[in-house]
Amino acid sequence: MATQQTRTLGKLAVSPSVFALLMWMIVPLSMTIYFSFLRYNLLDPNPICSLMTPGALLDAENRCLAGFSNYSYFLTDPAFFKAMGNSLKLVGWVLAISVAGGTLLALLLDQAFYGRGFVRIMMIAPFLVMPTVSALVWKNMMMNPVSGFLAYLFKLVGLQPIDWFAHFPMTAVVIMVSWQWVPFATLILLTSLQSLDEEQKEAAEMDGTPPLSYFWYIVLPHLIRPMTVVILIQTIFLLNVFAEIYVTGTGGRAGNLPFLVYQYGLIANDIGGASAGGIIAVILANIVAIFLMRMIGKNLDA
Amino acid sequence: MGTISLKNARKAFGDVVIIPGASLDIKNGEFVVFVGPSGCGKSTLLRMIAGLEDLTSGAILIDGKDMTEEAPSKRGLSMVFQSYALYPHMSVRGNISFGLKMAGMPKNEIEAKVAKAAATLNLTEYLDRKPRQLSGGQRQRVAIGRAIVRNPEGFLFDEPLSNLDAALRVNMRLEIMQMHKDLGATMVYVTHDQVEAMTMADRIVVLNRGNIEQVGSPLELYNRPDSLFVAGFIGSPKMNLISGKPAEKYDAQTIGIRPEHLGISLKDGTWPAKISLAEHLGADTYLHVDAGPCGMMTVRAAGEYDAAPDAKIFLTPEPDRIHRFDGDGKAIRK
Repeated sequence: MATQQTRTLGKLAVSPSVFALLMWMIVPLSMTIYFSFLRYNLLDPNPICSLMTPGALLDAENRCLAGFSNYSYFLTDPAFFKAMGNSLKLVGWVLAISVAGGTLLALLLDQAFYGRGFVRIMMIAPFLVMPTVSALVWKNMMMNPVSGFLAYLFKLVGLQPIDWFAHFPMTAVVIMVSWQWVPFATLILLTSLQSLDEEQKEAAEMDGTPPLSYFWYIVLPHLIRPMTVVILIQTIFLLNVFAEIYVTGTGGRAGNLPFLVYQYGLIANDIGGASAGGIIAVILANIVAIFLMRMIGKNLDA
Repeated sequence: MGTISLKNARKAFGDVVIIPGASLDIKNGEFVVFVGPSGCGKSTLLRMIAGLEDLTSGAILIDGKDMTEEAPSKRGLSMVFQSYALYPHMSVRGNISFGLKMAGMPKNEIEAKVAKAAATLNLTEYLDRKPRQLSGGQRQRVAIGRAIVRNPEGFLFDEPLSNLDAALRVNMRLEIMQMHKDLGATMVYVTHDQVEAMTMADRIVVLNRGNIEQVGSPLELYNRPDSLFVAGFIGSPKMNLISGKPAEKYDAQTIGIRPEHLGISLKDGTWPAKISLAEHLGADTYLHVDAGPCGMMTVRAAGEYDAAPDAKIFLTPEPDRIHRFDGDGKAIRK
């Protein structure tokens, strides 16, 4: 019973929060866009452009205005392509591991066994750990080539311990990030598994469905939608992975796009270039999101 | 062929006994209906036959062979579920053919079987639709189609019509009966609706708290209920059950008389009564009367009975239609 009046009232009622959200997003975004067109370097000994030079864009002599040079510089930087590649590798691997691993774990946790409730709660724990903390734990406790647990295990079976961050930085980052995101996928897929109609299982049993066929024909189609949700949500977050790379010092070889933006802004002190990189990252993320929506978003219809 | 025998089949979850021990022989081609109130164990019993529930003890013989430990798909039975349990992401064709595909039947044979089943069930034009695009009755038909194509020795129905509206239910009831006639297969049908039980069954099995209370043809149960429970359960509206002084006159703890076996008179009769409510159904009128020491009773009057509220009438039971029960609720036979 949405009359014209109630609809107007509804719009009016939500408008403050919509406005607040909009400001929250618009202000930083527009500032970033603004900076991206400035020749703005913190190390400039003779600064013409400061934090918010009034009227910089209208400066007649164009001393401050950079035009698209920040963008062209960032886009032609060889580091940019490497960072792009690393971003894609990271997202791709973690997605593959968390969807496959999440499905397997969800299938396991869906079985009845002693202490299942406890295991389920412990299962989600990694997801609740801050990325920085998780990276520190992995760096110092697990993957340290001298005192790490993995090194201990390697030595136990007589193998040479691996110096993960020096020799396999990308693999190390993928392992750390997957450790955080597999539980998320498991949780979503497990709840979905539990909503599988009991009578459907029994119908499949009456039809004499062997376990693998049961998984393939009944369970997997049921899981497609939650998998889509997992992929969409994770992609957005995985494009932004930063803490694991920063903390473990693997940025040199496994640095992704956010890390490159960090290098521009806080190492080279080039605020203009970093802003341009940030905007490029936003645009790329949107392109990926649109592609994903097109490709798998149709599973979310109906 | 499709005979099904239960030999003292028992089901318990820990200390909770669902079926204390049921024995029953179902003949080939018979239509048997399990009926009883909610929670009486009728569905559990059916699922035990299907193999979806394990037996705690006892045995189930299908076609003379012990199938107690056999997997559900190896028992030669098909089941139609209450929720239909169609696979939502498969087309109607996919749903009907799935069991055959799993059995490894060649493709062209599957095609032929599906086409035949679809033709019988009027589903041919819906074969490529998804279940969610079908109406309740059509989904029901798909579920039946899925059962038919496997050519089972017997069909098991678990309250298949309870999700349909009243008109459709009557139609589907007739269709299932027709199907039984055409296929001649054994059918076991679970319902809580005694009208379904009465109209469809060759034999009815009345269950009460996991015990088989009585087995017999619909009219046997109607005319000669073995116990108070069966007497009260079979028949609509319910049989009037009278205990106390009026029952003692008939040497019984409780007597029962159906609404349709009471004569109505304005002048004289066995029990005086006062009309409190009248339900006009057109063909019949059901009078709810206060019969003093006999308590509230329901009486059927043929046609349109012009009942003034609070009118005084007299009721006379047909003598050979009175059912007598002892203190344990067992029928007293003459």
